[in-house]
Amino acid sequence: MNEKNPLAGFRGRLSHFADQMHDRWLNTPGWQRWIVYAALIVGALLLPSESIGAFMSPDTDWASILFFPIGTFVLLAIGLNVVVGQAGLLDLGFVAFYAVGGYSMALLGTRMGWDFWLIMVVGIGICALSGITLGAPTLRLRGDYLAIVTLGFGEIIRITARNTDEIGGPNGIRGIPHPPSIEGIMIGDVEIFKYGVLDPRPYYYLLVALAVVVIILVKRWEKSRVGRAWAAIREDEDAAEVMGVPTFRFKMLAFAIGASIGGAMGVLWAAKSISINPNDFQFLLSATILAAVVMGGAGNLPGVMLGAFLVAWLPERFRGLQEYRMLIFGAVLVALMIFRPEGLLPSRQRKAELKEGSGGMGTLGAEVPGPQSHGEEVASK
Amino acid sequence: MLLEIKDIHVHYGKIAALKGISVEVNEGEIVTLIGANGAGKTTTLKTISGLRGLTSGKIIFDGRDISKMPGHKRVVAGLGQAPEGRGIFPGMTVHDNLLMGAYARTTSSSKELAEAYELFPRLAERRDQAAGTMSGGEQQMLAIGRALMARPKVLLLDEPSMGLAPLLVQQIFSIIEEINRRGVTVLLVEQNAQQALKLAHRAYVLETGRVVKSAAASDLLNDPAVQAAYLGGGLGHDEPPAQGAPESRA
Repeated sequence: MNEKNPLAGFRGRLSHFADQMHDRWLNTPGWQRWIVYAALIVGALLLPSESIGAFMSPDTDWASILFFPIGTFVLLAIGLNVVVGQAGLLDLGFVAFYAVGGYSMALLGTRMGWDFWLIMVVGIGICALSGITLGAPTLRLRGDYLAIVTLGFGEIIRITARNTDEIGGPNGIRGIPHPPSIEGIMIGDVEIFKYGVLDPRPYYYLLVALAVVVIILVKRWEKSRVGRAWAAIREDEDAAEVMGVPTFRFKMLAFAIGASIGGAMGVLWAAKSISINPNDFQFLLSATILAAVVMGGAGNLPGVMLGAFLVAWLPERFRGLQEYRMLIFGAVLVALMIFRPEGLLPSRQRKAELKEGSGGMGTLGAEVPGPQSHGEEVASK
Repeated sequence: MLLEIKDIHVHYGKIAALKGISVEVNEGEIVTLIGANGAGKTTTLKTISGLRGLTSGKIIFDGRDISKMPGHKRVVAGLGQAPEGRGIFPGMTVHDNLLMGAYARTTSSSKELAEAYELFPRLAERRDQAAGTMSGGEQQMLAIGRALMARPKVLLLDEPSMGLAPLLVQQIFSIIEEINRRGVTVLLVEQNAQQALKLAHRAYVLETGRVVKSAAASDLLNDPAVQAAYLGGGLGHDEPPAQGAPESRA
């Protein structure tokens, strides 16, 4: 890092502090960690309370924004993190899978009259399939080229939805059924399994449950052979291949898993919103989720979730400032990238990659030549 | 014959990088490909390891045609590669890098792991260090050690001397010799022709995608034309002239 840069000292201290915290966490015995996990889940369940909401979002209904955008962004970011953070594939069209999930729920729910839970399963399958469909021809590309193609795919899905009258065209689909309710189970003042129009909290709890399942699965993948293969692909794809990693298959798997998570969120979101239309799936959403992943510290799950939370929450918190809030939001993003280019809570491995400068997250999955790599080599891929 | 490359052609788009290269490697040999930047040395190696597809020609390994076999299966078949430059995983520790080398194996790799640390004691010292933070020489050692983890029959080495100080180059080359003595066949791509020819049994000289000469390494070392072109005119320079431009493209 440039020594003349006055920020370097501050950055260094920040990074040192984060490392210390990380070390302490790694040395925490297992049962204490479980207590922390349990506390986090309880915390997430208590989050919609009014007293917290009064501070967190004085201008909007806190429980509503906990579901969308906050919870939605967190889950989408977890999904995108598999693709971008773990496998190192720059995907700019992630919103497409969210849309496929949303439309699965809308179409199967209104036309076929299927049940939410059945659609959830089928929808995840459809999204995994669409991830593979997109991946098969495009994952032979790398870096920037992959980013461009995925960007295109995201737009194709949205524009196709808008131009296809059979699925509602620009008006989208209305009257999407809610998940089946179980009445009468009260916790506090909330009927937690009653999915209606009035109370967003049951949906939020459902989202928390989905998130917990997804996090457990993603964590398990990360620590398995699959996770090691992803890390190797992210750091040096050619080297991974000559180590015997079937790189293409694992990249497809990352795409399929990321797509399934995005799709599951799409199904859940559509089931709450009653109506969806193509404009819910703008490119800006892909970009925002990607910003959340990068800002939080790609590859590190808590970091990514924190990033998504901030990206979703900050604009809501400062709603009182009206148009200026986006200005502040932008300034915060810029400031973060100056003070903490590796993200708020980066994984240690990522940090080493970033320092090394070639491949991996250091270049956001795009293979910008590092000090030792060859410019033309990259161009020829 | 363990590895035979028969008249392979490789294209990058419309540009022909390899225009019919044939190389033979016998079991137990060290064979080297020398040549200037852009001669096609790295491309040849990448084609053998499966990172590049070939337009025509054949690669026969251990009696099997592997021309269409994907790269990750060639590792299992017995082709190990230490990629060009720093082909290591910078964010992983040295130990994790070595374990990645055994990724394709289904059997225990503890014996190979011990051997890699014995061959490169420096790696044992740096076991838990992130590989990207090591020096160029250490990274090169790691790349070779990692390739050995898969117990290859043939080890493909791409410019192991690149960017290293002369003393380190000596060290790496003597380790390559030791690896060969332990029964691994080596195909070595080098720009440092002097060193490579001293080490190898046989050599091929590549120029713009073709083999222009092939002979016993000692003969080439004394060949006036080769001396003039690759050995600094016989003045005994160890290093070829500094060449910064990438060569892997052509």
